[in-house]
Amino acid sequence: MTIESALYIALAVLVLAVAAWTILARDDYAAIVGFVTYGLLLSLVWVSLSSLDIALTEAAIGGGVTGVLLLGAGARLRSAQESTGVERPGIAQRVSAAALCALISAGLALTVFLLPEPAPTLAPSAAANLAATGMGNPVSAVLLAYRALDTLLESAVLPLALIGVWSLASDRFWGGRPGLQHRADREDVLVFLAQLLPPFGALMGIYMVWIGTDHPGGKFQGGTILAAMWILTKMAGITDTPPISRRWLRIVLIAGPSVFLAIGLAGFAVPGTFLAYPAGFEKPIILIIEAAMTPSIAAALALLLAGPPERKPNG
Amino acid sequence: MRFILDIFTVVLVSAGAFFFLAGTVGLLRFPDALTRLHALTKADNLGLGLVVIGLLPRTGGLYAAKLIGVWLLVLVASSAVSQLIGRAARRGMLQK
Repeated sequence: MTIESALYIALAVLVLAVAAWTILARDDYAAIVGFVTYGLLLSLVWVSLSSLDIALTEAAIGGGVTGVLLLGAGARLRSAQESTGVERPGIAQRVSAAALCALISAGLALTVFLLPEPAPTLAPSAAANLAATGMGNPVSAVLLAYRALDTLLESAVLPLALIGVWSLASDRFWGGRPGLQHRADREDVLVFLAQLLPPFGALMGIYMVWIGTDHPGGKFQGGTILAAMWILTKMAGITDTPPISRRWLRIVLIAGPSVFLAIGLAGFAVPGTFLAYPAGFEKPIILIIEAAMTPSIAAALALLLAGPPERKPNG
Repeated sequence: MRFILDIFTVVLVSAGAFFFLAGTVGLLRFPDALTRLHALTKADNLGLGLVVIGLLPRTGGLYAAKLIGVWLLVLVASSAVSQLIGRAARRGMLQK
């Protein structure tokens, strides 16, 4: 056994142990911390499988954004439980939930084990036609050229999810500012961090979008970093979440999917089908889509974390 | 020359790994949040720093700059976060 395979086995055991611990943890907060750790370890697994794109996404979305979302949900749940009395699901409900989850896991495991050897793959043809897309990163080529329709639908999911979150607002606060306003001293360490880090974060986010066509990276990973920087300044009280009724905010949110859809529709005119790009202009068009999508993704993620409006627009 | 650089890397990375080990032991064994933070920051600052310095001769140019950048970012993040955790601990916001 080489050192490398020993490391991989140790990593796999660690991932399984953290996964089990996340499920078994009695405390919500501990379970969420376990889940974030699980996401970070999983991104290491993707790195060792040479899937850097997925590793970046897992670290940014799976570990980072989902972890913060769960922390917010856990805090809300705790205050709700304290005010209404503890409400735990009954034993029958828990057993059936566990049984269903086990069934899904078993089904997935069975599918993976029953795959023919070698597993069916389109990777060689994706790599063979890479030159036609003008891109160097096959993952970006799949996302934005071969399977652009999937990505278009995904990009529409974020605004839809945000509308769902906003719909939870009470009538009084509709159109208002999400979440609470954070206040901090000018001397606070969080303020220092929020002043020091965003320039580097913005640089890294934009770099990740730009490099995404040729190397691992892309709009989701870059957008997440930009969203994180915005959230950091909001937590430090340097900026405040704008009221959700602001027109510019809504334009930023839908600009990305709209540009994507418009380019897709323009495909009817020039090459002849939906989402087809005119020959020779694939790369610039894909860069335009990525550039338009990035602010939309960043704003949507940051607003999803901010939650439904809880203050008056001028409050 | 090559041999000396190899020894340099082995010694510094091992020293870094030692600080990570010591920090982890401290995190598990120390009695309260502030002392645990104290142990953890040694792993972050010194441990990672030694590993980065140890790896520098193996790379060059842009990669070396990236390694140092990673270290600096971790320094900023870990020092800020430990201040925040320390403050939360002082105000009694953490579970005993």
